[in-house]
Formats: sequence, structure tokens, C-alpha cells
Amino acid sequence: MGSPEPAVASTSKQQHLTRLIALVVLLVFWQMASLTVQRPILPPPTSVLSALVQDLPQTLGRHFAASLYRVVTSIALAIILAAPAGLLLGQSRRLSRLFAPFIYLLYPIPKVVLVPMVLLLLGVGDLPKIVLITMILFFQILVLVRDAAASIRPELLISVRSLGAGRRALFRFVYFPASLPAILTALRQSIGTAIAVLYIAELFATRYGLGYYIYLQGSTLFDYPRMYAGIVTMSILGFGLYTVVDTTAQQLCRW
Amino acid sequence: MIRMEDITFTYARRPIFEGFSWQVARGEVWAVLGPSGCGKSTLLLLLAGLVAPQTGKIEIQGEMLDRPRPQTSLVLQEYGLLPWATLRENVALGLRIRRFYGPDGRHAPQDLRLDANDIAMRTENWLRRLDIYGLADYRPSQVSGGQRQRAAIARALVLQPDLLLMDEPFAALDAPTREDLQALTLALCSEAGLTVVLVTHTLEEAAFVGQRILILDAPPNHVPHSLANPHTADAAYRRSAAYYAQVTKLRGRLEGA
Repeated sequence: MGSPEPAVASTSKQQHLTRLIALVVLLVFWQMASLTVQRPILPPPTSVLSALVQDLPQTLGRHFAASLYRVVTSIALAIILAAPAGLLLGQSRRLSRLFAPFIYLLYPIPKVVLVPMVLLLLGVGDLPKIVLITMILFFQILVLVRDAAASIRPELLISVRSLGAGRRALFRFVYFPASLPAILTALRQSIGTAIAVLYIAELFATRYGLGYYIYLQGSTLFDYPRMYAGIVTMSILGFGLYTVVDTTAQQLCRW
Repeated sequence: MIRMEDITFTYARRPIFEGFSWQVARGEVWAVLGPSGCGKSTLLLLLAGLVAPQTGKIEIQGEMLDRPRPQTSLVLQEYGLLPWATLRENVALGLRIRRFYGPDGRHAPQDLRLDANDIAMRTENWLRRLDIYGLADYRPSQVSGGQRQRAAIARALVLQPDLLLMDEPFAALDAPTREDLQALTLALCSEAGLTVVLVTHTLEEAAFVGQRILILDAPPNHVPHSLANPHTADAAYRRSAAYYAQVTKLRGRLEGA
């Protein structure tokens, strides 16, 4: 065995650089497409950028904040509800067998089709949006945490129990840390879907949120640079959340 | 130290022990030898209080064993370390679990006094004694098998047990590493006056480690067959005629069984 190096799996400088280059290339393509098409529906990135800079400190910022609040609250709620449930199922084969058929049936339902029902039941405001996104994240986290907890080696559990750990300490020192990567993987996989559903949910029964803003600018006011500014902001929201989850995963789960 | 009286243990409808009684005196080092499936790992789990016999009783230090006792430590062949934690965190795990519960007498000794500083100091001390202090911040997957087992042994000894149970602790190691670690473990255990029960499937290990050797056969086991093995646990013994004679005797005993 050679000399071991502590494995620090961080994003390398080179990766940052190549991503930056990719961004510039995409912007150049956008600019060229805009020049070729020459129609208001595809404004050049420069005019979108100026709309973004102009609007962000004012209305767009408020819409961004509303969307951010909804999505972050949903993530927090989903973790709080699904992680303990997944841990519980993962460490009891009997419970897991009892619930498996229900999860099997409910998991694949595209939760976005429930928008009308959730809106009717929960009305206007943040609650129906948060409930919808939480439902999507809930099943992702539940399933991955359950499987992570179930796949812990029995030798590991025996040896930690022999150190005096009862049920509570097993949760604290084994099940919880063992399922952290699963929680983060679930988030990483489902943030895209969550934002997509956020957009759909914000089309209805609200006057705040990026979904509302994009739709309003595009279909009612026909202010295309602002519409694109909303789209860019929503992309930044998704990208930002993804980066946060990814960085957290690299910090916490280096093994 | 250990009294097993008339115990019966059946696993998956297969009787492993039937009316089995066995005694270990304080400070003795026992090797438990037998083919795979003979019930030697089960014996350890019974002694650790992690499984209970269907009938009969197990007493340790005069007390009925009905749950894992905090003064018993267990070292397994592999996979006993938390893969996400550093060696330091792994060695400190038992102490942290004790602090988590506080001195309740069930999970931790009643006279326990532990703060973060005590944990750090005791952990560091045992990392040094097992010669893995330089690797304290590596995770198990980043070090060799021998170094992982050193961490597992440090994690057991840092709890200052009076009984150490080991399940093929050196089986996955290459010969020189295994022999080093056998000698080191024996030295540390005799220094602390520990009672040791070590399970192994290699008779050379049993002959080197055990002051007494318990031989288990194909289950069900009724009567303990034991062998005295008087020796000094140093490297020279491994080259002595007495050692070879003992290995030969064991081989004859196992093959004749």
C-alpha cells in the first residue's frame, strides 16, 4: 500500500473553468440565434441582462424571494418528514414490508397532476405549492433513505451495539450518518423536478413567484426581455440549490 | 469470570448448543477453535449478550447476562468500523456512546465521568499504543486491513473492558501483519489483566494465542473439549518445539474429530 492521501473530493479549478467557458459559448449561441431570428420572442442576452439588472432589485427580487421561500421550505419539510420515516422503514423489515406496496403504487404518480386537487383543497397562498413540492421530494428521500438504512452491514450494527449502543444511539451514530448521502442524493436528483413543479404551481392562485412573473411578462405584458429575465432567474435558483446540495454532499460524504 | 450453564441455542431450527456448560476464569486467554458453522461466532454473540440462549443461563462476573454489558468489548473480523468516520472518530465511538447515554449503569458504567477532553485524551492514548496515531484522520477505506484492525482493537480497549471478545480478528491479514498484531494484542491484554475469548479457524493462531483452547465440533455441541496450552506469548514461542508439538496435537484432534 502506498502513502494514503486524505481524499478531498472537491470541484477542481479546471471544472470551474470549463463550466465558465460552456456558459460563454451558450451565450454566444444565444446572441447569434437572436441576430438570425430577428423577432421580439428571442431577444439578445444583452437586453435580457439589462432587464434582469433593472428588475432584480425591484419586483423580480420579490418574486425570486417568494419562490426561494417555497422551495427551501418544501425541501426542509420533506427532509423532516421523509428521513425519519425512511430510517424507520429501513431498520425494520416488517414495517418495510407493510408499507412497500403503498410506496410502490404512490411513488410513480407524477405529483404535478395533483395541482388542481391540491389547489382546490388548500386554496391560495404558499401552502398548496409547498405541499406539492414536499410530496415529490418526500417519496424520493423516503425510498433512498430506506434503502440506505436497510443496506447497513449487520456486522457494523453488531459491533456498534457491542459498544453499548441501544436504539437511540444506533440512530444517532449509525443510521443517521449512513443515510445522509441518501438524503443529499435524493435532493440532487429531485431539485430539477421540484423547480419545474414550482413553476406550474405558481401559474395558479398567486401573485408572487417566478412562475407567475414569467407567465405575466410573456403572455400578458409581452415584455420578452423581462420574461427571459424571469427564466434566467429561475435557472439561477435551480443552479444555486443544486450547487448548495452538491457542495454539502462533498463536505459531509467524503467516504 | 464466565459461567455458561446448561445452555441451549437453536438457530434456524438447527441446534448449535445443547446442554452446553463452560467456564472461564478471570484473566484467562482462551482460543475457540473449530470448523466454520460449528457455532464459535454464536458463542461470542451469546457472551456479548447480543443474542440470548433459549434455555440455560450465562453469568459474567457473577451477574446474569441479559443484555450487552458495558465492560465487555467485541472485535469483529471486518466491517466493524464506521466507513464514514475517521480512525480517531471510530476509536472514540464507544466513549461517545457512553457520553450520549450518561452514567445510567445500563449502557455505560455508573461511575462514568467523561467530558470531551477525556474522550480526546483517551482516544489519542490508544491510537498511539496501537501505533496508528499518524493515521488518525484517515477513514477506514484509506488505510490497510492491519491498520483497520488496530483501530478496532483500540476502540475496544479504550473502553477499559474486563472481557475482550474477538471474532477472527486477524483472519483477513497477511501473515507478518497477523503475527505482529497477535503479539501486540496479547501484550496489551495481559498488561490490563483482561479475560480474552478469541475465535479462530486456524489452529496455528489458536496454538499461539490461547492459554487454553476450546474446540468446537460440528453442532450440536454438548460438552466443551478444552486443552491447556501453557506458553509465553512471545514471538520466540512460535519457533519452539513445544509450539510445533501443540499444533500437531491440535491437528490430530481436529482431524480425528
